Amino acid sequence: MMEHVPISHVLIVTSAMFFIGVYGFLTRRNLVTMLIGVELMLNAVNINFVIFDRYLYPDQISGHFFALFIIAIAAAEAAVAIAIFINLYRNIRSIDVEEVDKMKY
Amino acid sequence: MIIFSLMAVTSRRILRAAVYLLFALAGTAALYFMIDYQFLAAVQLIVYAGGIVVLIIFSILLTTHINEKLEKPAPGKVFITAVLALGGFVLTVYALTQHNFVVSDLPQTEATVSHIGEKLLGYGEGGYVLPFEVISILLLAAMIGAIVIAKRKASDS
Repeated sequence: MMEHVPISHVLIVTSAMFFIGVYGFLTRRNLVTMLIGVELMLNAVNINFVIFDRYLYPDQISGHFFALFIIAIAAAEAAVAIAIFINLYRNIRSIDVEEVDKMKY
Repeated sequence: MIIFSLMAVTSRRILRAAVYLLFALAGTAALYFMIDYQFLAAVQLIVYAGGIVVLIIFSILLTTHINEKLEKPAPGKVFITAVLALGGFVLTVYALTQHNFVVSDLPQTEATVSHIGEKLLGYGEGGYVLPFEVISILLLAAMIGAIVIAKRKASDS
């Protein structure tokens, strides 16, 4: 279905998505929304792996496995990050980065 | 996909931002379906759209009030960050257009579940059993770590 779409178009879309994630990570001050930016970046890189695999090396499916491992790592990272947020909120009633300047109680 | 990711980072209602992220991730799954990677699309839908977005929504509900709007970021900061992100984007697109990708016309390997399973547990040429085991340890460690961090101290309750 994608045979007539040149690879550079897909790559432009994914780089736009990556830099939108960078923008979100840098402008937001709430920790959960910063996490959303990180997820966008991871997802864009994931698409890149799969697209390179599909267009340039269709005889191997290595990019497929890289994408699978990245998804697993993203899940682990999100779980730990959210545990930290909940603990922070319980301790200082806020998850704004400006107010989180103490890590130890 | 682009529109949804833009809205995910600019929406001032935090719950809406999470839902826009969900749409962007579902669009990614649709892209995987379009290039015939059904298994990867299913994993994307289950783990990202099903798992991570639900986790994010839970943490939003636990840590913020539902009607609370995020304060606007300072305009100067927005400007600098937008210039940085746009500059990076332009640089990347420039590099992309300069490079000539040699699109292979080899027949595509069928990414069937049995093929994926054999590669994932193969220890010969092109097998992925070592990263597979490492990731299982990592997931276990992350699970234990998350429980330990989020657990209330016994003296608090």
